[in-house]
Amino acid sequence: MMRVYALSSKLSGKEEGEISNRDNRMNANFMLSGPTSTYWLGADHLGRDVLSRTLLGGREALLVTAIATPIAVMWGGFIGILLGLVGGRIDEVLMRIVDAFLSLPWILKMLVLIVTFGTGMLVLIPTLAFFYGIPVIRIARAATHDVVARDFISAAKARGHGRMTIIRRELVPNVLDTLMVEGAMRWSWMLLAFSSLSFLGFGVSPPTPDWGLMIADARGFMSFAPWGVLGPVIALSSLIIGINLTADALAKALGIDRAQKAPV
Amino acid sequence: MPVLRNIDLVVRRGESVGLVGESGSGKSTLALAAMGYLKRGLQLMDGSVTFRGDDMFAQTRQQLERIRGGHLALIPQNSGQSLTPTSRIGMQLVEALKLHRKLPETAHLPKVIELLGQVRLPDPETIVSRYPHELSGGQQQRVAIAMALAGEPEALLLDEPTTGLDVTTQAHILELLRDIAAERDMAMVYVSHDLGAIARVCDRVVVMYAGEVVLQGSTRQVLTAPMHPYARGLLASIPKLSDPRLPVALDGRPPPPGGAGLGCAFVDRCAIAQERCGCERPALSPLPSGDVVRCHFPEQASQISIMGSGADPVRRAPGGDVALSLRDLSISYSRPSLLDQILRRPEAGVATVDDISVQITKGETLGLVGESGSGKSTILKSIAGLLPPVGGSVTVAGGQPLPFAVENRGPDHLRRIQLIFQNPDDSLNPRHTIAQILEQPLRLYFGLTGAALHARSAEILDRVRLGAHYLDRLPSQLSGGEKQRVAIARAFAAEPDLVLCDEVTSALDVSVQAAVLDLLNELKQSQGTTYIFVSHDLAVVRALSDRVAVLYQGRLCEIGLAKDVYALPSHPYTEVLLGAVLEPDPDTAPTLTADDVVELSPPETGCPFQRRCPRSLGPVCASDIPPWQTSPEGHAIRCHIPLSELAPAQSLS
Repeated sequence: MMRVYALSSKLSGKEEGEISNRDNRMNANFMLSGPTSTYWLGADHLGRDVLSRTLLGGREALLVTAIATPIAVMWGGFIGILLGLVGGRIDEVLMRIVDAFLSLPWILKMLVLIVTFGTGMLVLIPTLAFFYGIPVIRIARAATHDVVARDFISAAKARGHGRMTIIRRELVPNVLDTLMVEGAMRWSWMLLAFSSLSFLGFGVSPPTPDWGLMIADARGFMSFAPWGVLGPVIALSSLIIGINLTADALAKALGIDRAQKAPV
Repeated sequence: MPVLRNIDLVVRRGESVGLVGESGSGKSTLALAAMGYLKRGLQLMDGSVTFRGDDMFAQTRQQLERIRGGHLALIPQNSGQSLTPTSRIGMQLVEALKLHRKLPETAHLPKVIELLGQVRLPDPETIVSRYPHELSGGQQQRVAIAMALAGEPEALLLDEPTTGLDVTTQAHILELLRDIAAERDMAMVYVSHDLGAIARVCDRVVVMYAGEVVLQGSTRQVLTAPMHPYARGLLASIPKLSDPRLPVALDGRPPPPGGAGLGCAFVDRCAIAQERCGCERPALSPLPSGDVVRCHFPEQASQISIMGSGADPVRRAPGGDVALSLRDLSISYSRPSLLDQILRRPEAGVATVDDISVQITKGETLGLVGESGSGKSTILKSIAGLLPPVGGSVTVAGGQPLPFAVENRGPDHLRRIQLIFQNPDDSLNPRHTIAQILEQPLRLYFGLTGAALHARSAEILDRVRLGAHYLDRLPSQLSGGEKQRVAIARAFAAEPDLVLCDEVTSALDVSVQAAVLDLLNELKQSQGTTYIFVSHDLAVVRALSDRVAVLYQGRLCEIGLAKDVYALPSHPYTEVLLGAVLEPDPDTAPTLTADDVVELSPPETGCPFQRRCPRSLGPVCASDIPPWQTSPEGHAIRCHIPLSELAPAQSLS
């Protein structure tokens, strides 16, 4: 529910048209004003409407992550299935590299790339897609192992189907379920990462409204004007919780035991 | 929707009551409800559970915790899995003691050792410091029983405690439970689908159907002359060692919870149903024998046969063309470890399966029996090409030996050998519809497409007695028996010469098992198929097989016509196996001649059965592989004891 609300309010052109002229309009008289009939959620330190900015503040984040998530799931899933099938030494070595990668703090890894290549969508999308694809490798590999051990794979082998047919017809549809759920999870993590980057000043540049950025801006006034932080925080957390709940429901509907998956 | 309805059951001290029924009959739910526990989503609608005068559903959490495990203990199925893998057996038992008994610290260890001794675990002093994974399944079950006994319970609830254990282990555990119950004057509620086990432990049997009690009476009465059509059908569907005929299938399936109409819940499957049964629910009424039965016409019910159908399976006389020949087949699972590879150590150990030479003639059914770990399934996998053997040869229909790996076999050979797996949940892809599942072999082997493909799928489905409307369903929408039919249909779609059946009925209810056996027999008749039928259940193998081979630790012990193998003289291992089989008959008792130890690997020299053999001759069994002794009828036994001595010795015991 929450996700539907967040998405529709953020992406529907109608609302955008109505409020876009207000999101960056400053009014010095209302600097840091509390909720009023004009500024429902109050105004920030430059006198901008918090509600309008909150409603628009997810656009960049959703766009970037909505593109990066499928890319991450696709490449991570592909490599993971491949490694699960190949096994042996290549699998061992690559998985240790994956482990090493995962042991580094994500923000550090990401900052290195962003500092090197600069910020902006064209850098952020591949960066997020790359880093968030790595844990997908693990999940896809584990799921592949699970499925390969099942008898319908042996049955297909014994019938004499070709390797590619078995992978395409028997294996992939069963791994795909897990990957879909994983994708939803990754999406919520990615949103958080994107907002964190914005918060640190590496994501969206001002004055574009963005939750991470808004939180960063309003942080200094939190003690006497908490509404500046409240709007984006509620929007961001409800969206992430919403995605997580959807992922859980999806997992339940598809009969996937999330507990047994690696906690990465 | 009521899952259980109108259940009245009283269990007194020292009494043992069996709860039987098909899966979904509510027997486990009832046993758990007796502990005051309801699974998620269930709620108590009416009635009460009273234990020692207290209403179990009115107790507080703390009170329940004290009762459960203390006065009232549960032994679940696979209780070995409920032991903590990271803590020693002794520690786990001490914890149970601390929880339910006030004993001084120093008394714990001696008490634990005493308990382990009571469940007849060998060498309790060392078991104390073992971890669960170091014990066999039967030993783990014994530890679970010891743990249940730690609180000195007055009542034991057993939920399928021996399902999944080998026959010999099961027989030993049941004897143990009988003795313990008698010694301690405990009440026992024994939930099982296995009437043989019930016959051994219980005084009284309650037969459940669709959440209702349909028959309750003494074990003898219920197992020999039940007055309810369902109980009679259930008895007839059990394959029995004493009756080599095929069991009678009990068609249909029980109504879903709340699905029973106004009348009797069993009406759709009942052979003697009349108009009255469809519109009036029978009440539980007492019979002259003292039993209570829920049936309008108990007198007519007694006319239904409780024995096999009389439909004798097609038995093939020996001789004829060879369909499959295995020669000196040897299979090894052991893979050299990394360390061994680095140090270039030679491959150690003995092959898992060794020295298997069998010839199967066309249209014959060869039964392959043995306990878990005897290599039965391994041999099937090797024949199917899934597990390349390390030596020997597999030859089909007198041609050239087949390549070991499935990738190297030609399409015709692949088509001619088909494999059916134990668990249809695992062997049918959950993402494919039944149509997609059946189309795979048809496309692959016959290149069928379009309308011809669809027509052929429907035809094949019809042959396994499922309608064409099943084609669009997913496996998850089918019952266990229907799924296994689809798996059988898929194998027969290839029009194979040889079908390998790997425990195909062991995941199914008895009534469904009988139907599947019937189907396999019918297909054998109409298609002339050769089967290798693997099972741990000797009675099932007997019902279907022409010849039977007994395996121990991957080596053949005995092979011959079914009637010869199941009669004396037999290999000492076969004798042990046959002795441990539990029949649904209160007058038979198992003879337990060998220990129920599980051996992890075969001995390096001599007879594979030497360590457990009750008739061991000593050094010769340990050093020399026993010779095949073949009778004129082709019944071969591999033993050092001459047949002329084996027969009289066995008829004495």
